[in-house]
Amino acid sequence: MVTEAVVDLSRLQFALTAMYHFLFVPLTIGLAFMLAIMESVYVMTGKQIYKDMTKFWGKLFGINFALGVTTGLTMEFQFGTNWSYYSHYVGDVFGAPLAIEGLMAFFLESTFVGLFFFGWERLSKVKHLMVTWLVALGSNFSALWILVANGWMQHPVGAEFNYETMRMEMTSFVDLVMNPVAQVKFVHTVSAGYVTAAVFVLAVSSYYLLKGRDIAFAKRSFAVASAFGLAACLSVILLGDESGYELGDVQKTKLAAIEAEWETHPAPAAFTLFGIPNSEEMRTDYAIKIPYALGLIATRSTTEEVRGIKDLIADHEIRIRNGMVAYELLQKMRAGEATDAEREAFDEKKVDLGYGLLLQRYTANIVDATEEQIQMAAQDTIPAVGPLFWAFRIMVASGFWMLLLFVLCFYYTAKRTAWNKPWLLKAALFTLPVPWIASEAGWFVAEFGRQPWAVGEILPTFNAVSVLTANEIWLSLSLFIIFYTILIIIEVFLMQHFIRKGPSSLHTGRYHFEQDDDQYDPEHSPQTVKA
Amino acid sequence: MIFDYEMLKLIWWILIGVLLIGFAVTDGFDMGGLAILPLVAKTDDERRVVINTMAPHWDGNQVWFITAGGALFAAWPLVYAAAFSGLYWAMLLVLFAMFLRPVGFDYRSKMQDQRWRDAWDWALVVGGAVPALVFGIAFGNLLQGVPFQYDELIRPSYHGSFFALLNPFALLCGIVSLSMLCLHGATWVQMRTHEAVEARSRLYARIFALICFITFALAGLWLTVGIEGYQIVYMPATDAVSNPTLKEVVRAEGAWLGNYVNYPVTMIAPALGFIGLIGAYLFASAHKAALAFLFSALGITGIILTAGISMFPFVMPSSLVPNHSLTLWDAASGAYTLMVMTWAAIIFVPIILGYTFWCYRALWSKIGVSFIKENNHSLY
Repeated sequence: MVTEAVVDLSRLQFALTAMYHFLFVPLTIGLAFMLAIMESVYVMTGKQIYKDMTKFWGKLFGINFALGVTTGLTMEFQFGTNWSYYSHYVGDVFGAPLAIEGLMAFFLESTFVGLFFFGWERLSKVKHLMVTWLVALGSNFSALWILVANGWMQHPVGAEFNYETMRMEMTSFVDLVMNPVAQVKFVHTVSAGYVTAAVFVLAVSSYYLLKGRDIAFAKRSFAVASAFGLAACLSVILLGDESGYELGDVQKTKLAAIEAEWETHPAPAAFTLFGIPNSEEMRTDYAIKIPYALGLIATRSTTEEVRGIKDLIADHEIRIRNGMVAYELLQKMRAGEATDAEREAFDEKKVDLGYGLLLQRYTANIVDATEEQIQMAAQDTIPAVGPLFWAFRIMVASGFWMLLLFVLCFYYTAKRTAWNKPWLLKAALFTLPVPWIASEAGWFVAEFGRQPWAVGEILPTFNAVSVLTANEIWLSLSLFIIFYTILIIIEVFLMQHFIRKGPSSLHTGRYHFEQDDDQYDPEHSPQTVKA
Repeated sequence: MIFDYEMLKLIWWILIGVLLIGFAVTDGFDMGGLAILPLVAKTDDERRVVINTMAPHWDGNQVWFITAGGALFAAWPLVYAAAFSGLYWAMLLVLFAMFLRPVGFDYRSKMQDQRWRDAWDWALVVGGAVPALVFGIAFGNLLQGVPFQYDELIRPSYHGSFFALLNPFALLCGIVSLSMLCLHGATWVQMRTHEAVEARSRLYARIFALICFITFALAGLWLTVGIEGYQIVYMPATDAVSNPTLKEVVRAEGAWLGNYVNYPVTMIAPALGFIGLIGAYLFASAHKAALAFLFSALGITGIILTAGISMFPFVMPSSLVPNHSLTLWDAASGAYTLMVMTWAAIIFVPIILGYTFWCYRALWSKIGVSFIKENNHSLY
């Protein structure tokens, strides 16, 4: 029996496990790339210190990677365990990118990651470098395919409803992959991963510089991170996800909610920089607006209007009524009682079938929904404005803060004075949590903003769950929380243990805790092996 | 289109089988090797020897499992939906056990503390043994049918409990699969180690080959005389769109033997299972560990094929409403998706096999305690 409690708990479990998974993913994506860059420098210059950097940051990469793999398993299971109607209804479309992700990305990443860690002695320099690049490539490919899948949930293209099988079926793989929403999301997400890794390396290097140890090692890491991070941060912001918000009804609605845009204003719309959204009365108090900005960001023009929430609700109400007709026709077709005219009518109305399904939350019999139920369903089509408004602003503010940090770090690195500026190093150190806050806020906007849909305009979240009892999900949710809490404690413990030890954990004999002299520079040491 | 819909459905039955066998042959040896870790390795150094034979490979191996799951989702969405939600607790049990592997491998040797390492060793044992056992139990239940049905919107619902899955026949199948992977792990360890660890794994390879042989034979016997199979009485065309509620199915004693009677050539599958197990036993005894590993892989192939062919064309029979049973003909994706997926498999599977082989070759050697001591800080 599908109840509100089952739906809410399933959503909570998915949200927790997905957001937890994404604590590890961006660092894997970005750090893999940075390891490849560091090792490339090693192979090109032959400087041992870059090999040590690759190995040390690789150690931290490994600690993070293990939990990324662990929590990724949950994601693969969970569509089936907790969202079985979703799996049935869209598996024909959604399953393909996931399977291809396995074939094209996970195999590559996971097969070569073993060689990355254990192949240093067995492979030539160039071969090992190739292996590292393949790991980076694999992790980026996996982001591509999972975002093709997610992009389809936001803006479903290349698929059609089949009444005989009661599901969506793929009609164009090219459309699925070339989905503009997916492409924008991919670039935005991997760039965010690069930023995360850059901040991580920057912050940890700053810690060594502040402590005055392993200076040569930390300086070089700091320099790589500030250059890489600046480029990545510009890419995240310029290629922001928002450029995808003009496409499809769900994205438009999300945009209106993010901006607390209650009314449709004449083009070009203003961007609300700050304000207090008031959902009860449908207005934004104390709003500070930037003229033209929203219109430019969202529609890339000064003439197109951005539709407001009140008008969207009215639009959706019409589509719900169409959806009821479509559902009635569908029932006739499935019973084999439909005339040819009715079949044609269904083909016309079937784009609104999903809107009809929104009523299932209120009535088992969609066709006979009351006026009140239709109104409630129409209200449901707008996600809660307040959380989206704030989460979006947290993400953007974090992004600009990191951009400022990278500009400063890059500038002072170029002037070779960054390491003498404790205020800058402290700022970098305390920025450590910021990329994670930005990523989580970003995913919250993307997924919470998609509500009430599991697949935009097609399948409501309410309808997508498995037939389980609330107690079963309570239990599984509790077990996830217990497991994940233990795992994060262990992970953070190991991370800080190895960060504190620093490159001395490589046991090369060249670093801080293996020396008497704190200012020891490995490049000028007789012990240094120029490999 | 090169392949028609009927052909594509058949191809995906084969490809899902290939992925499952690929999973059992690759990830199977590290799961089995972990399950027998305390039996074959007594000291910390010995345990690290065993763990480091798998260290570079377990993650790539595990992708066979992940990809099999993804392929199930894409090619047989109805099976993915019904099986994962219906067998909710069994799936979560596998998942929670599998949590312990990545972290166990990577974190175990990062600290010197012996209690830390002992705790992770047990985590690794659970991470290897529990999935191996549960997969067998799951197959044991599939062979008996599981209690699920569809409503008019093709929403699956399950009407059984987790504990009902632990019936005697399913538990027997669980032992088949656990001992099969323990054998596989033991031959792997025997092949890749020296000294005491090699000697112990040789002993356990023989023990588990024996257990697997006996339980596989018993399960086959039980299937012949005690378990009702399923039989299709009426079926819409095999190239029709997937709707699992339109056929007529009856349960019948001995129905799972139908394919062997009608197509005697399929007897190769169980024969391969037995030959593989015998070969693994003999070659392990004769200190020919590589051949023992190879025969154990053949045995695994035979055993999995036996389960698949016995049920063919069923994939997930319903004991509650047999007519709603899922078969490869009515649980598949549409022709277009299967075509796309077939191309993806044709392109990527050979590439994957190529670089996987390359990686194994690059890191191939026997490992002993001295190797661990020399590379104390860079190994797991």
